[in-house]
Amino acid sequence: MADKLHFSLVSPSRELFSGEVDHVIAPGTEGEFGVLAHHAPFMTTLKNGIVRVLEGDTVKMRIYVRGGFADVTPAGLTILAEEARNLTDAKAEDVDAEIEAARLKLLALDAADTKQFALQEQIAYLEGIRAALAN
Amino acid sequence: MPSLKDLKNRISSVKSTQKITKAMQLVAAAKLKRAQDAATAARPYAERMAAVLANLAASAGGGGPKLLAGTGKSDVHLVVVMTAERGLAGGFNSYVVKLARQKITALQAEGKTVKVLTIGKKGREQLARDLGSLLIGHVNLSDIKGNDFAESAMSVGLMLTKSYEAGEFDVATLIYSQFKNVISQVPTAQQLIPAKAPEGAPKIDLGGAIYTYEPDEAALLEALLPRYINTQILSALLESSAGEQASRMTAMDNATRNAKDLIKALNLKYNRARQAQITKELIEIISGAEAL
Repeated sequence: MADKLHFSLVSPSRELFSGEVDHVIAPGTEGEFGVLAHHAPFMTTLKNGIVRVLEGDTVKMRIYVRGGFADVTPAGLTILAEEARNLTDAKAEDVDAEIEAARLKLLALDAADTKQFALQEQIAYLEGIRAALAN
Repeated sequence: MPSLKDLKNRISSVKSTQKITKAMQLVAAAKLKRAQDAATAARPYAERMAAVLANLAASAGGGGPKLLAGTGKSDVHLVVVMTAERGLAGGFNSYVVKLARQKITALQAEGKTVKVLTIGKKGREQLARDLGSLLIGHVNLSDIKGNDFAESAMSVGLMLTKSYEAGEFDVATLIYSQFKNVISQVPTAQQLIPAKAPEGAPKIDLGGAIYTYEPDEAALLEALLPRYINTQILSALLESSAGEQASRMTAMDNATRNAKDLIKALNLKYNRARQAQITKELIEIISGAEAL
């Protein structure tokens, strides 16, 4: 593979990755898809799942994303994730602790609180990370 | 004429005030650095988001979901006023509130119904005095540590989109302090809903190819718009927080300098008074000796 794909993954808090890669596989809401260099312009929503960055045939990096968008243009692939975590540096124990903390927070809230919905999503996201780490 | 003791007390009280303002200035400077970093880190996401939205909105034409196209009227306006949780930041909060007041008065003069949502305690306190009847809600920022505003931005965004869908208002405007640089924060009014596609966003050159959307454009816009609004709120929160710290830093720097001048003046007065007293005592002794 001669041509490289410019890939950047940004979340509201920071830019997690930006650089040239061979191949990216992302979890679209209508199915997983792979992007190589010179992909046709394409835009989709994402569901919670793992974005894999491949160098040749080996997976170089795995990032867990929570929802968002993928936008493929001639300039490259951009993933706008609501939240993202690099699975290479994530630790199972830390994630467990976060799940526990989020659950306790949820229990402390009133049923009418608008934050409830956000917290439930947060828990689902953390559990997703946990499951991805177990593999 | 204050006594020597009074002057001494006064000097020591100003000195301790100076210590406090100096400490506050240093803390604000450290916090400002962090707030600025957070605001810078959030910028790529906001920019890309704006580009994607501009792109989608252009292909959707004038139509699109309600969040983009509007309700078709502009009778009820929601003014979201974003200020800080704490004072002692110079005119930071007052400038935002002043702009909010102008905006509200202008809208009322046009015969619109105005509702006000406050974010941050200070704005609420100032607006509650005369516009208390317009306040419909308040978002508390006091329990946020560091610059982790993502959750608040999300819940504010959710609240806004929900009440918009329920037809509680037609137009939402956000009034916040835009962070230009450390010495200048500009109170800005920005329309949140209906969402405005950013102007001047760089057009993406597709090289003649056609975009494929999955699911279709309408569904994508539907999913993107609430996120776009959340992003705008988040970046406003971050800028406002950076501005607050910058403004506090400047204010406390001025206060420290003021205290320094005051101490100097008081010291001079104290020394004069002391000398006058000594002279007086000497005269008393001499005239006493002469009388003998």
